[in-house]
Amino acid sequence: MTRIELTVNGEQRSAEVEPRLLLVHYLRETCGLRAANVGCDTTSCGACTVLLNDVSVKSCTVLAVQAAGMSVTTAEGLAPDGELHPVAAAFRQNHGLQCGFCTPGMVMAAVSLLAENPHPTEEEVREGLEGNFCRCTGYHNIVASVLDAADVLDPGGTRAAGVSA
Amino acid sequence: MIPAPFDYVAAQSPEHALELLAEHGDDAKLLAGGHSLLPMMKLRLATPAVLIDIGRLSELAGITADDGELVIGATTRHADLAAAELARSQAPLLAHAAALVGDPQIRHRGTIGGSLSHADPAADLPMALLALGGRVELTGPDGVRTVSADDFFVGFFETVLRPQEMLTAVRVARKPGVPWGYQKFVRRANDWAIVGVAAVDGRVALANMGSRPLRATAAEQAMADGASAAEAAELAAEGTSPGEDIHADREYRAHLARVLTRRALEHQR
Repeated sequence: MTRIELTVNGEQRSAEVEPRLLLVHYLRETCGLRAANVGCDTTSCGACTVLLNDVSVKSCTVLAVQAAGMSVTTAEGLAPDGELHPVAAAFRQNHGLQCGFCTPGMVMAAVSLLAENPHPTEEEVREGLEGNFCRCTGYHNIVASVLDAADVLDPGGTRAAGVSA
Repeated sequence: MIPAPFDYVAAQSPEHALELLAEHGDDAKLLAGGHSLLPMMKLRLATPAVLIDIGRLSELAGITADDGELVIGATTRHADLAAAELARSQAPLLAHAAALVGDPQIRHRGTIGGSLSHADPAADLPMALLALGGRVELTGPDGVRTVSADDFFVGFFETVLRPQEMLTAVRVARKPGVPWGYQKFVRRANDWAIVGVAAVDGRVALANMGSRPLRATAAEQAMADGASAAEAAELAAEGTSPGEDIHADREYRAHLARVLTRRALEHQR
């Protein structure tokens, strides 16, 4: 067993973990945070996407011990006071989800994308979400949600002309 | 899927990592981003007894330039390499290849040293390094040796790295403004290349046309002898031995190698 100290959704945590424990299992089973889903379990689908030191990662392919000393944010952590984060609110407003399984991962990938590129074009959103699968194929509204969220997060920004969802 | 049990040690420095490798040798694996190793461990294709974590060693990450070469630390992540102005201006083919590995989440974790050591013949960075004629620095108990990309990849997921050695840095010649071409044929976003081609400065490298990244030497020779891009590209599959899978048989891969080589030579950036 290995002792790890890390921050999860702003809260300092300490745990004794088996080195082979995956971060997604630590989050779901030890912390009781169920937003990150285990979908493919092979680094493909992105349903388990969380932020590690503020950038998106697939938590099925990160060991909990690799997150020691780092900061993890799950979809729950985007709404500490129960108020929806602008990206989550945009998904709700634009009906950017169907069954909802991919949604927490989509939202976290979108938060990371918009931090790197505050005003992506539609094409940049589509490429920026290439690591997240929606098996309902609801991509159209997901892309619209992310473009909408960009406008809400940074109302003064501009994207390349002539491109819209 | 859960890996088989292993012992975990977070290396405190590159020297510490080398000491641990010397102690554990072939029973140990270095862990950086883990985006090649952990999937293999989850499938139990790899069952190391010890993981030595070098992923947080800042000494091994970063991009610098000396007189003639760009030097990229082994634990530099794909996203950082793809975004670095120094890489984009001095070795744009390498930065471009880094931007095509997997997907954004994978690029946030995966490292250049990990990808090259893993030596997947279908991967972007081994092909890019081979096209650029780059070199890797391998540090072991007896010091550092530098190996060219032509000599580094020796077989299917196999390199000349010894059990007690660690890939510590990657070196590529600075080639600002030199035209280059890059073609990656995939069926799905974030997939490995069915066939890939990287071309720069008279060199042409192929991904997934054999058990390791290969040079299209017949095409290179033809270009050196004055052949057109289209003529040289017709020779791109000579001397290769591509595998067959659900995506493509040998003949189709050879066809792709010819078509993609022509595109890589004709549409240079």
